[in-house]
Amino acid sequence: MGDFTAQELTAIFVMQGFSGLSLFCVFLLMALGLAIIFGQMGVINMAHGEFLTLGAYITYLVSYQAAEWGATALTWYFPVAIVAAFIGTFALGYLVERFMIRYLYNRPLDTLLATWGLGLILQQVFRSVFGPREKTVTMPDWLLGSYRATDMIDIPLNGLFILVITLVLTLALFALLYRSRWGIKVRATTQNRSMANAAGINTDRVDRLTFALGCGIAGVAGAAFTTIASTGPTTGSLYIVDTFLVVVFGGAASLLGTVVSAFGIAQSQSILSFFWSGSMAKVFTLLTVVVILMLRPQGLFASKVRR
Amino acid sequence: MNLHTLSRSWLAGLTAVTLGASALFGTAHAATPPTDEVMTTGLAVTDDTVKVGILHSLTGTMAISETGSIQAEKLAIKQINEQGGILGRQIEYTVEDGASDWPTFAEKARKLLQGDKVATVFGCWTSASRKAVLPVFEQNNGLLYYPTFYEGLEQSKNVFYTGQEATQQILAALNWANEELGAKSFYLVGSDYIWPRTSMKIARTHIEKHLGGRVVGEDYYPLGNTQFGSLINKIKLKRPDLVFAAVVGGSNVAWFKQLKAAGMTADRMPMLTISVTEDEVLGIGKQNVEGFYSSMKYFQSLDIPSNKEFVAAFKKEYGDDAVIGDVTESAYLGPWLWKRAVEKAGSFDVDKVVAASDNMEWKEGMPHGYTKVDPNHHLWMRTRIGQWGSDGQAKVVWESDVIEPNPFPEGY
Repeated sequence: MGDFTAQELTAIFVMQGFSGLSLFCVFLLMALGLAIIFGQMGVINMAHGEFLTLGAYITYLVSYQAAEWGATALTWYFPVAIVAAFIGTFALGYLVERFMIRYLYNRPLDTLLATWGLGLILQQVFRSVFGPREKTVTMPDWLLGSYRATDMIDIPLNGLFILVITLVLTLALFALLYRSRWGIKVRATTQNRSMANAAGINTDRVDRLTFALGCGIAGVAGAAFTTIASTGPTTGSLYIVDTFLVVVFGGAASLLGTVVSAFGIAQSQSILSFFWSGSMAKVFTLLTVVVILMLRPQGLFASKVRR
Repeated sequence: MNLHTLSRSWLAGLTAVTLGASALFGTAHAATPPTDEVMTTGLAVTDDTVKVGILHSLTGTMAISETGSIQAEKLAIKQINEQGGILGRQIEYTVEDGASDWPTFAEKARKLLQGDKVATVFGCWTSASRKAVLPVFEQNNGLLYYPTFYEGLEQSKNVFYTGQEATQQILAALNWANEELGAKSFYLVGSDYIWPRTSMKIARTHIEKHLGGRVVGEDYYPLGNTQFGSLINKIKLKRPDLVFAAVVGGSNVAWFKQLKAAGMTADRMPMLTISVTEDEVLGIGKQNVEGFYSSMKYFQSLDIPSNKEFVAAFKKEYGDDAVIGDVTESAYLGPWLWKRAVEKAGSFDVDKVVAASDNMEWKEGMPHGYTKVDPNHHLWMRTRIGQWGSDGQAKVVWESDVIEPNPFPEGY
């Protein structure tokens, strides 16, 4: 890289840092919901990607409606879409827990199969309702394009937007889990279910809300991702592998672990694909994760849990 | 040619003209030739019907792309039936779902050929599905019309390729970019599988050997990749005159959205793709593709009378919002190619249909214009460069001469 000026290199350094940061946000948004479901409840939710897709489709529906209502609606619909996506996926998650997951607790392989089947069913429902073709969510103008800091540096606006959503959501989740009465119940249930039950915590209710909350977060992620990628029946499956990778690598039952692991994987992938090809970056990242997990099967951060 | 054969072929021609005229004016019904005359190989042909197969993915990831092909094939069959069918027989179709799974494609192909005894099959989309069914068609001496533009390096007696092979789509487009845009340095980007890799190999050789240009970068991303930030930064740093792209599927949507978000609009960074048709634009969004170029043989906006009719018929059948991409149009060609070959051969037998197909020519009548079937089973046609507008339609900015298909290019 000898024939580039210092200014160019700085610009690339800044933009590369930002692209790593946006990738980190994407990973974190995906993984948060899965982490609380997998971490707090021990349920492997293979349909997590489909909840994300549902959130994306709800955003599409809201944007479609907004387009009917005119330009002002189209400018400001996005916050509404995010709330709608959260409510929709939260409700579906609640029902799924109530009618399916609760019968399968302590049977991890069965929940894995059942949620995988649920995922396939949802995919086909999306296909039947919305058609197999990808849908475009019309972006409001303030989410399009980039902020040109200098001649060389462009900061994508949708990246900034996702950064803000991720920050807000992560802080809210930490506050909820570590600063609220409900959070105490969740953590108590995670650490020792029968003891929590004996102490008068309605663990069934805690489980139901935790699962629904995890799904709701996936819905918000889906809404946010419409700004950077595609919305189709199988969109969720594009993210699910990375999501599991982040959660397992970070260590189940540890939100902090999820954050750190998302950051590590995102930065290494982003930096490697700058110097290498995209496919090779992925291979190398996966290899590193596999080796680290072999040496440390419990993940980066393991919290003490009585099983 | 002696006098005897001359008079015979002359007679045959005269008969064909008479038959055509009577069908056109509906004054008299041509006598339907008896079944044992038009079919000797046990195909599902009766005195008034002929059965064909449609084999595409109705479910799974590829359903996104293959839906348009199914619609086009059904439309063509419907139109042929309305005109009186083929050799006096109405076409009946059986639709099989390949489910985006290659072994399933092979199994369904076997079912269509051995079980249903279909006279021909219209189907497949990905190269992988075509490779999976190829041995089945060759063993059973079946007939397949394959609609997608693809990497070339294949030729089979049992397959007709109605899309472009790689050199048709790429070489002329690169020449155009070199002459009209003055592009000297190129950045090649693709999804990581056989079609983009083969296409980029051809592109690189052409750029370096024939255009005297430079390839400043070449990158492949896994199918389904949705993060292109690092790639976009690399492109910014290398500053090529043109980005040449073959990204497919959901990745394509992410690629264009992130280019736009990074401020890489068409005026700052010209890009020519070989993987964006009207179908893809639906998913990517009009606002994200504006100003970029695609190299295709067909665009919905083509100003050709037969295309206007085709678009009108397609919209009448599938609604005003329906769009037609290059592959959809290729799929529409299949039944028409087969119809003419069968009528020319006077038989549904595969060997005779294949023999009759050589050098069939359409000066007009096809939506994309001039068409000729090469003995190598690929089509002669033009390549066009379209620039995407804010309405999601491409404006044709350049058109090549008719290009000979060359599935096994030498020196590439």
